[in-house]
Amino acid sequence: MLIDFFLHLRAARLPVSINELLTLLEALQNDVIHPSLEEFYFLARTCLIKDETRFDRYDQAFSEYLRGVTAGMPAPSQIPAEWFLQNLRRSLSAADVERLQKLGWGRLIEEWRKRLQEQDGPHHGGNRWIGSGGTSPFGHGGAHPEGIRVGGPSRGNRGAVRVWDMRAYRDYDDQVELGTRNIQLALRRLRRFARDGTELELDLPDTISSTARNAGHLDLKLVPQRHNRVKVLMLLDVGGTMDEHIRRVEELFSAARAQFQHLHFFYFHNCVYDNLWRNNRRRFGERFETRDIMRRYNRDYKLVFVGDATMSPYEILQERGSVEYDNPESGAVWLQRLTAHFPQFAWINPEPEALWPYRQSIAIIRQILGARMYPLTLEGLTRAMRVLAR
Amino acid sequence: MNQAPTPRFHGSQTYVASEDLRLAVNAALTLQRPLLIKGEPGTGKTMLAEEVAQALDMPLFAWHIKSTTKAQQGLYEYDAVSRLRDSQLGDARVGEIGNYIVRGVLWQAFESPEPAVLLIDEIDKADIEFPNDLLRELDRMEFSVYETRQTVRAVHRPLVVITSNNEKDLPDAFLRRCFFHYIRFPDRSTMQAIVDVHFPSLRAELLRNALEAFFAIRDLPGLKKKPSTSELLDWLRLLVAEQIPPEALHAKDAAIFVPPLHGALLKNEQDLHLFERLVDMNRQGR
Repeated sequence: MLIDFFLHLRAARLPVSINELLTLLEALQNDVIHPSLEEFYFLARTCLIKDETRFDRYDQAFSEYLRGVTAGMPAPSQIPAEWFLQNLRRSLSAADVERLQKLGWGRLIEEWRKRLQEQDGPHHGGNRWIGSGGTSPFGHGGAHPEGIRVGGPSRGNRGAVRVWDMRAYRDYDDQVELGTRNIQLALRRLRRFARDGTELELDLPDTISSTARNAGHLDLKLVPQRHNRVKVLMLLDVGGTMDEHIRRVEELFSAARAQFQHLHFFYFHNCVYDNLWRNNRRRFGERFETRDIMRRYNRDYKLVFVGDATMSPYEILQERGSVEYDNPESGAVWLQRLTAHFPQFAWINPEPEALWPYRQSIAIIRQILGARMYPLTLEGLTRAMRVLAR
Repeated sequence: MNQAPTPRFHGSQTYVASEDLRLAVNAALTLQRPLLIKGEPGTGKTMLAEEVAQALDMPLFAWHIKSTTKAQQGLYEYDAVSRLRDSQLGDARVGEIGNYIVRGVLWQAFESPEPAVLLIDEIDKADIEFPNDLLRELDRMEFSVYETRQTVRAVHRPLVVITSNNEKDLPDAFLRRCFFHYIRFPDRSTMQAIVDVHFPSLRAELLRNALEAFFAIRDLPGLKKKPSTSELLDWLRLLVAEQIPPEALHAKDAAIFVPPLHGALLKNEQDLHLFERLVDMNRQGR
């Protein structure tokens, strides 16, 4: 039975190892817990999941697995209306109730029952069935203004919502976009790659101890310098479609600023052309030629683009395609030039990754950059940093 | 090795442990594997090891990690410089290399005649490779001393409690060998229990108002460092010492207000500034 559970967790993209499963079995054998589902949930979590950002995925997988196991429980359509009503009242605010009453309680409940009978399994993300993340009025995590929040679709139990269905760790999932807590973590990831350095300096204590070991003959020891040697050139897209991402980009920017001694940045709009600027207010007065910038910063610099890459394809591919001025050479040419000059580069895109395939301009830029585009999420930043650190 | 029945941890008089935390500690005790604790700063990660040691009457060996700490320092250090000096002075001890081996915290814990608690505090402060350097030592609970060709083996496998503030990711191989627990920020009722444990004679009214003000501040968006349990306890201590009346912690009509001694809760200048501005805005808004 636990092997199924184990495989189920792996199928949910949780990196659990066989060793950890054996630990869990050993713990069960040693009676660490009383035989109760809730304690098993905690024990399995403490044995198998080693990162709080994965707790939410674990909660979901656990709940799903349990639903499979307890399939023999009463069918959903047998839920008494009283239970449903009670649950409903508890989860709605007074204002919601008032709004709902306009719609009519009776009709809503009738609908609910009808759908329960028609529904054949859990649905997530749709707009009709009871499930999570959708716009149906029933379910949870959805967006229907008059929806009914059902605390996880575990209709088998009639009491309080179980621990795993509360999904208390939702905020910690690293697939979600960066929040205030999460940005701090991302910042620390940047620090990790900032710590690398190749410079050598004399290690005095080690030299002394090594000389002593060497019976007094001088033995020089060198260590890599721990100084922050990483140099970063950041090019940020401003204005237009970037406005909705301002907060997160600002956070990323201030994080990077605190992190790197050698951080230089320039702005562009939509795509890079022959000019960049440093001060958005004086962008038409004070310009820096891109060619100059390539001369000034050598290939040791790591190039980071930050932008949503959302524009008309002409702005990338055509000469004179820019929305702002007559550019003699196309954005694609400049992108190629820049990436050839700086071998270590990455593009960080604040748009969610799921949207990328639907934007032609994103596909074009990704192609030019050899797919080195990463979403502005923890997980995406980690990937970007890994590529930059290579 | 240890044949006695494994002791169990049930929380203590001064430490409120949630059910899942107790379970994690007991799992680590039973299977004698390290327990990794993460959580917001100030949620009692370090306290846990101290409390477990006290509750189960085991000696505690604490190893506080700094950014410069090396794994080797937990095992032992070879004081070559002393030996060099002694050799210049013609000290008789110089012939015996064992005289210059300084025992580290791990060695001391391994040698303890009774089962002990070993705390490795803030492991994420050290270099990224640090946890990897301790893999074998924590797995087998033994290491060898190169200079004296001696193997140190644990008399009893100590309960190893490792805390991390999430500043760096820990390597997978290391994580796989540990039990893991994340201390969540306590909800209101747990917080009440924690405060009760620390201030049994606190007036109910004062506590209620203080908790209200505390959670209101925690809920403010944009704070760089939200006040945590330890800050709340410090603040209460101050309130009691200054004999602040409960009414002072309660604004009659405002949603947020500046409570007395709020410097104990907000320790960041920017946060203080932001908080005061928010309160001001709130006042003018009416």
